[in-house]
Amino acid sequence: MNGAGSRAAPSLDVRTGALAGLARYRVWIAAVVLLALLPHVPGLANDFGRSLLSQMGIAAVFALSYNLLLGQTGLLSFGHAVYFGLGAYAAIHLMRAINGGLPIPMAFVPLAGAAGGLLVGIVFGAVSTRRAGVVFALISLGIGELVFAAMRMLQGFSGGEEGITANRGGGPHWLGVNFASQLDVYYLIAFWTLVSAALLYYFIGTPVGRLCNAVRDNPERAEFVGYSAQRVRFTAFAVAATFAGLAGGLHAVNYEIVAAEAVGAARSGSVLLMVYIGGVSNFVGAILGAITITWLQVSLSDYTAAWQLYLGLFFMAIVLYAPGGLAGLIMMHVPLARTAAFASLLRAYAVAVVPLLVALFGAALLLEINYRLSTQPQAGTRMTLLHVDIDAATPWPWLVAALALIVGIFAARRACRTVAAAWRDASAEAAAARAYP
Amino acid sequence: MNAPSAEGCALRLTAVHKSFGATAIIRGVTLGVERGERHAIIGPNGAGKSTLFNLVSGRLAPTRGSIRLHGEEISGCTPYYINRRGLARSFQVTNIFPRLTVYENIRCSALWALGYKYNFWRSARRLRDANARTDETLERIRLTARRDSLAGVLTYAEQRALEIGITLAGNADVILLDEPTAGMSRSEAENAVELIREVSDGKTLVMVEHDMGVVFNLADRISVLVYGEIIATDTPDAIRENAAVQEAYLGSHADA
Repeated sequence: MNGAGSRAAPSLDVRTGALAGLARYRVWIAAVVLLALLPHVPGLANDFGRSLLSQMGIAAVFALSYNLLLGQTGLLSFGHAVYFGLGAYAAIHLMRAINGGLPIPMAFVPLAGAAGGLLVGIVFGAVSTRRAGVVFALISLGIGELVFAAMRMLQGFSGGEEGITANRGGGPHWLGVNFASQLDVYYLIAFWTLVSAALLYYFIGTPVGRLCNAVRDNPERAEFVGYSAQRVRFTAFAVAATFAGLAGGLHAVNYEIVAAEAVGAARSGSVLLMVYIGGVSNFVGAILGAITITWLQVSLSDYTAAWQLYLGLFFMAIVLYAPGGLAGLIMMHVPLARTAAFASLLRAYAVAVVPLLVALFGAALLLEINYRLSTQPQAGTRMTLLHVDIDAATPWPWLVAALALIVGIFAARRACRTVAAAWRDASAEAAAARAYP
Repeated sequence: MNAPSAEGCALRLTAVHKSFGATAIIRGVTLGVERGERHAIIGPNGAGKSTLFNLVSGRLAPTRGSIRLHGEEISGCTPYYINRRGLARSFQVTNIFPRLTVYENIRCSALWALGYKYNFWRSARRLRDANARTDETLERIRLTARRDSLAGVLTYAEQRALEIGITLAGNADVILLDEPTAGMSRSEAENAVELIREVSDGKTLVMVEHDMGVVFNLADRISVLVYGEIIATDTPDAIRENAAVQEAYLGSHADA
């Protein structure tokens, strides 16, 4: 009995050990399964859906690299696209060489992007990470402009604004994959997205990664415990540039063309938007932001020509009312989710959404009419908005819009009070549950 | 006792000067701190005590003069260079990593001294010695219960304890404490004195302190700094009897 028990025990240990190991990596396992299944989900199982997913993957790697810079190390860069774009150029030149007969499988092309990003990151990082804060931000802006101007001039290398092209199908067909379908490209991007996310997550947990946070919080104190703040910033910068370059490499494979805009200020701005909207100091926030902004860029532009205006307003709303970003909003609700008052909070949200939508409708209507009148004055005052024909020469569209906006705002202010009360109840209950578990 | 031999000194300052523009703050300080000694620096406000600490720890570079740590010239070196050679300091105004947890604050301060430097391939969670050192330091500064709190939300006294913990975690053999009991209540200050006595055992301690009770209780020797010059260095009893000190500092302090 005793002997049997002791013989049985080790195998049980091994089993629970393996289960514990699986449990520790459950988020990553879930991510692998999700990424494998997504392109076969109805609605996404077509070239448009898979292309959208591919763009999201590229944006996620780019945003994660920016999260290391801004969120983890506290470096606000206005020129992160430099490393994305030059990585993309490194990759597209390798693709052209492969097209010319170089025997390297296309699947490894993103690594050329990473190497390009690292190289440029080391050069510019050595200059710009001497200082943090405003000085760093201004230098990054200068480098961004400099590189963009250089890419427009160096036609032979960059192809200028037309860009240079390559063919991802023209190379050795490694494992029988020729990247003819968007699905192949998606899986390549998904693979590198996972690898990048895992490596960056691991990096944050290493000694130098932990010091990135310390230097972000208090660079002076870090120097008094043995670390050169500049060296820590430089290390973070080089790693961030590497993964930005890898994202650029994926961009090159996905689009088979790289042009000067790849290093441009607009792209640097959009990665800042992604990370801020997702949640600056949150690792998952960068991914959330990348997904949200990519989706908005692709789908909003289908509905309205003024989509950048809405994106800007959305960004301002997040910065003003939810500085923790989408991830911050989610994290705020986690401790409340188990309280009894959470249900009434959700009800209050549901009630508040109605007047907010009405106000949004009014504001959007005003915006769209004005946008149309000022950008296409020759098209006259008749237009179709949300499948309704209206004439801006009559007062009715203006009245409806103004009424919706005013009524919506007033009703929303009242609903906000209910939300605030429900919020107070739920957080008081959560605080009590913490104090007396 | 007043002029210890150069070899026995953990820290030796010779004719150190510091001026900001035309204003001379430190005007020729010569001071030897012996190994294993608890040395206090006292003096009226504006005497230059904190500036002296900033010169020794590398926050400021002296205008001229020599500062030697274990015999090695360190004047004008960077703070991290000096720290790596075994000198750690605390700050008068709490200087911590506010958005890191208490645990992370301490662990970040232990990593370099344990040889992990700019390591980017090992997970900090699995560094047994670093985590053991962190737990031990937390135990010593009595913050184990607060280990997962963000440092920025601690009470003032807890942040002062953390400040000392960050200074100690690297296990430096020369420790500079800048007003460790500033702003504490009587009982908090007594706890802090016990803590400092405990943790400075076997190390060289230099502290700036306003609380005379703490100073006379803790220090082996005391230096009195007045207008950028050291007017006396001696044992607590001798300092108490010193006429020049009484006039320059203790007397005016008693009148105030």
